[in-house]
Amino acid sequence: MNGRASRRHLVSRAMTALIVALAFIAVLALVVILGDLVWKGASSIDWAFFTRNPVPAGQAGGGVANAIVGTVILVGLAALIGVPIGVGAGMYLAEYGGGRLGFVVRFIADVLNGTPSIVVGVVAWMFIVRPTHGFSAVAGSVALAILMIPMLARTTEEMVRLVPHSLREAALALGYPRWRTSLKIVARTALGGIVTGCLVGIARVAGETAPLLFTALGNLNFTLSVSQPMQTLSLQIYVYGTGPFEEWHRLAFASALVLMGLVLIISLTARWVTRQRYGSVR
Amino acid sequence: MTSLPIEGVPAGRSSIESRWQSLLGTDRSDRVYRRVLTGFALALPSLILVILGVLFVSSLPALHRFGPSFLWTSTWDPVAEVYGAAPMVFGTLASSLLALLIAVPLALGVAIFLTEFSPRWLRQPVAFLVELLAAIPSVVYGLWGIFILIPFLRSYVVPPLKAVLGWTPFLQGVFYGNSLLAGGIILAIMIVPYIAAVSREVLLAVPTSQREAALAMGATRWEAVRSAVLPYGRAGLIGAIILGLGRALGETMAVTMVIGNRHDIGVSVLQPAYTMAAAIANEFNEATTTMYRSALFEVGLVLFVLTVVVNAIARILIWRVARGTAVGSRAL
Repeated sequence: MNGRASRRHLVSRAMTALIVALAFIAVLALVVILGDLVWKGASSIDWAFFTRNPVPAGQAGGGVANAIVGTVILVGLAALIGVPIGVGAGMYLAEYGGGRLGFVVRFIADVLNGTPSIVVGVVAWMFIVRPTHGFSAVAGSVALAILMIPMLARTTEEMVRLVPHSLREAALALGYPRWRTSLKIVARTALGGIVTGCLVGIARVAGETAPLLFTALGNLNFTLSVSQPMQTLSLQIYVYGTGPFEEWHRLAFASALVLMGLVLIISLTARWVTRQRYGSVR
Repeated sequence: MTSLPIEGVPAGRSSIESRWQSLLGTDRSDRVYRRVLTGFALALPSLILVILGVLFVSSLPALHRFGPSFLWTSTWDPVAEVYGAAPMVFGTLASSLLALLIAVPLALGVAIFLTEFSPRWLRQPVAFLVELLAAIPSVVYGLWGIFILIPFLRSYVVPPLKAVLGWTPFLQGVFYGNSLLAGGIILAIMIVPYIAAVSREVLLAVPTSQREAALAMGATRWEAVRSAVLPYGRAGLIGAIILGLGRALGETMAVTMVIGNRHDIGVSVLQPAYTMAAAIANEFNEATTTMYRSALFEVGLVLFVLTVVVNAIARILIWRVARGTAVGSRAL
């Protein structure tokens, strides 16, 4: 009896140790990857890296100013298109989503969340690049917006659902029409959460590369025109990382570090916004 | 950001909610508001139909020419205009399964650790770190794979592996770097956070009373997890794993950069392979003839349908445990 009990405890101990070890390996992977990026990228980051445009292949020096500006423009435009539709759909799901349409939309949003981004890229190519006979930043933004919409719809819904019903009832009791209650009271209360969802969505598409390969294409020159091909940090990393030159590899790692920094800053801001609204949760 | 509270949607509508719903749509401005929101919501079903429609129509020439044998023939010859996608289909499935093999134990380890064994103060930081893994862009993983993972594999992993298991068909041939193995490992690292985040949500949805009951019966902590917690969340955990599979199937950049992009079918993980997503990424801009492009669209169609089916199955399983909530949606 005693021996059996102690064996069971031994098994329990062993399994606990195994699970701790597995969790440790997973966390270690992250630390290693982040460490490598900083180690390989940080030394190449200087003022010129941010302010200069790429130099011809094989030459030393140059920067990624065009890619940084391109990323901001492309992602900004994508947010402009994607955020209203995504948040609107999320409001629908939270406010009127009890019926069959709500179920269908919710399910499709979840399924679309896992759609390969490359597929969205070829669809955007078919719709925008082919009719307009040219690669353009707009086409890239539309592709990114399509990726953003299902994600924003679901996070917005979750956030709006957290608003207590008593708030709506209070507003209705004061004679507010429902649409104003929904916009001014419910959406307003959930605003912090909605903004968080949007920021997380933006952070995710900021690193996307696959849907831009056939839409924004990439551009070695500096451009602000959204009807032209445009460079982004992600495309730059792909081209430089798979290219033959040492110099390119160095710039690719520096670009990767900047892109990671950008994504992390947005994600951390999102976290901070949530904290401000809801306090520390779970 | 899975640390936000996610409440289950109640199965039956509460009386307050139904009263609220019945009040809707009585006023004209309210009807307009509702219509506008419905319009936004309809964007999602139309999106999936448009994607499916575009892919289908664009791949019609290839569908006509090659029929279903497109999926199991391996000739891919843009000059002769003969296309068969078998190597890509094989590579996609093989790399994803390899990734699952590596990622599932790690991800479940993280999820079980965070919900069952971790000291309270450690939960937030670890969950946050794992979420960060999900935030790293695919192309950055690819870069890391080319310059750090592959040299590491070549020096420290493959030689001992070959010494011990070199006689199996899975480790034949010379290892040059870009390979199924590298693709599978990169994919595994990428899907760990997804599977972990969703599994964690599923395990958190298991009522505490389940654990308490098992512990009260004299179970050890592990026995409580194995006999009470895991069976309760089984459907959801399988859903989480299938969701990870869906991610792996469609992942493009990182895989393209390390898998070698060769139209070949082989069981050795040391050899280069190809995936459907990688083929589109590599060849779409080069595809100048209608048939070539159409063949790539058909690859996209197969990939899209595959991931939609896989994701749908995953969602249904997860919803069975955590009904109606967007479990893990923030991490995805």
